[in-house]
Amino acid sequence: MADAAALVALRGVDKVYSNGVVALKGLDLAVGEGEFLSLLGPSGCGKSTVLRLIAGLGDLSAGTLEWSSRRGDIGFVFQDPTLMPWATVFNNIYLPLRVRGIPKGEAAPRIERAMEQVGLAGCGGAYSRELSGGMRMRVSIARALVAEPKILLMDEPFAALDEITRFKLNDDLLALWATQRWTVVFVTHSVFESVYLSTRILVMSARPGRVSAEVPIEVPAPREPSFRTSHAYAEQCRTVSAKLGAAMQA
Amino acid sequence: MIARVLPPVVMLILGLAAWEIAVRAGHVPVYILPGPVVIAQTLVRDWSTLYPSLLVTVIITLAALTAATVLGVAIAVLFAQSKWIELSLFPYAVILQVTPIVAIAPLIIIWVKDTASALLICAWIVSFFPILSNTTLGLNSTDHNLLNLLQLYGASRRQVFWYLRLPSALPYFLGGLRISGGLALIGAVVAEFVAGSGGIQSGLAYRILESGYQLNIPRMFAALFMITATGVVIFVVLTLVGHLALRRWHESAVKREG
Repeated sequence: MADAAALVALRGVDKVYSNGVVALKGLDLAVGEGEFLSLLGPSGCGKSTVLRLIAGLGDLSAGTLEWSSRRGDIGFVFQDPTLMPWATVFNNIYLPLRVRGIPKGEAAPRIERAMEQVGLAGCGGAYSRELSGGMRMRVSIARALVAEPKILLMDEPFAALDEITRFKLNDDLLALWATQRWTVVFVTHSVFESVYLSTRILVMSARPGRVSAEVPIEVPAPREPSFRTSHAYAEQCRTVSAKLGAAMQA
Repeated sequence: MIARVLPPVVMLILGLAAWEIAVRAGHVPVYILPGPVVIAQTLVRDWSTLYPSLLVTVIITLAALTAATVLGVAIAVLFAQSKWIELSLFPYAVILQVTPIVAIAPLIIIWVKDTASALLICAWIVSFFPILSNTTLGLNSTDHNLLNLLQLYGASRRQVFWYLRLPSALPYFLGGLRISGGLALIGAVVAEFVAGSGGIQSGLAYRILESGYQLNIPRMFAALFMITATGVVIFVVLTLVGHLALRRWHESAVKREG
């Protein structure tokens, strides 16, 4: 990815936590506008730290983080749905707009649209405990989308879901991305998921975390579910697995 | 609903019947142990004396509980603003809580001229701590990722407080309130025992003392019954309030699917 088109770039980034853990060391990474970038690596390799730094939820210990233009709105999806249990689905999705002081009446059509996009139409009055794990994750995604972010940061969002639900959410996410074309940075430890979703994969190695390999996935969107069983998919998975294996050896 | 109410009611009727039979069969004098029938008769006969006392006790209890709620929540909110404030003041709240009210009530009654105010202060001291400590815990128990999310959206401290901290503290607060309701009544009664003051403005505790001096044991039981009934009503009302506030979302109030 040429740096010229980068939406956000990290150069020579170190991150040392207050307990002395070196999470990142000399990390270089550029996120291109409109790409679906996956960060793949073993647990503890600092993938989540990268997302948190991009989101501005922590300070760099060294290096620089640059946005190509004004830092746009950021959508963040955690591994847990992180919903407010006391609020309805509608009010959970309203949260980012509410923080900005947009009145509920004005926000309502946008909230309805976000719910429609993630397949939650008509569920606005439900509480999170009444929903399944997959539905809760959909609410979380709708909340990230409602503010129309330039970049969507997703931290292993589907890791805790069963495979059937995960596949469905993968497909829905891809379909949305194909029409909306925001930039996505997706953290995962699943080779299969990263190959299926991404336009580019960065393989990270652990302790301290840095980028050890880059794999572009040159299969044009939209990807059909049949891509999962195709020869090209298997081939890519093999390549990425080998790089991940090498990264974990290093 | 019937299945939940029936067993304790049946138990109550059986217990009262056994009590009445035992008292009559054993020819126990009323100044040792009156039966439920005599107590009920006394309750009706002495209603004109007992009812004003009940009102006094109830008013002091409710005033103390209101003050405990307002001040407990206010101090908890203050604690939530800064760790330093919490660290510097919390120990004193604990000291106030662990000092037996019976031991400091005489002092308060000496210092505060107006008896009703003195009783109110005693009841408040006993009842405010559960609300304070529970609400403080609740305000500090907000989901960290939700806090991260609001930081990401650029929310102000005030927004974080209203949108996240306060609602997450609600179940904790309601739990504290339920404990404080009972404690406010106990505080009001204990303080009045210590004060031991008579007159028109006396509550149920004084009626019990007075009945003891006069060996009017049935009236003592009648007053005791009124105190207990008040405590039960307070508990039921506060439980109901908690249930209504949390019924849609909190695990404690939602029926478990079988």
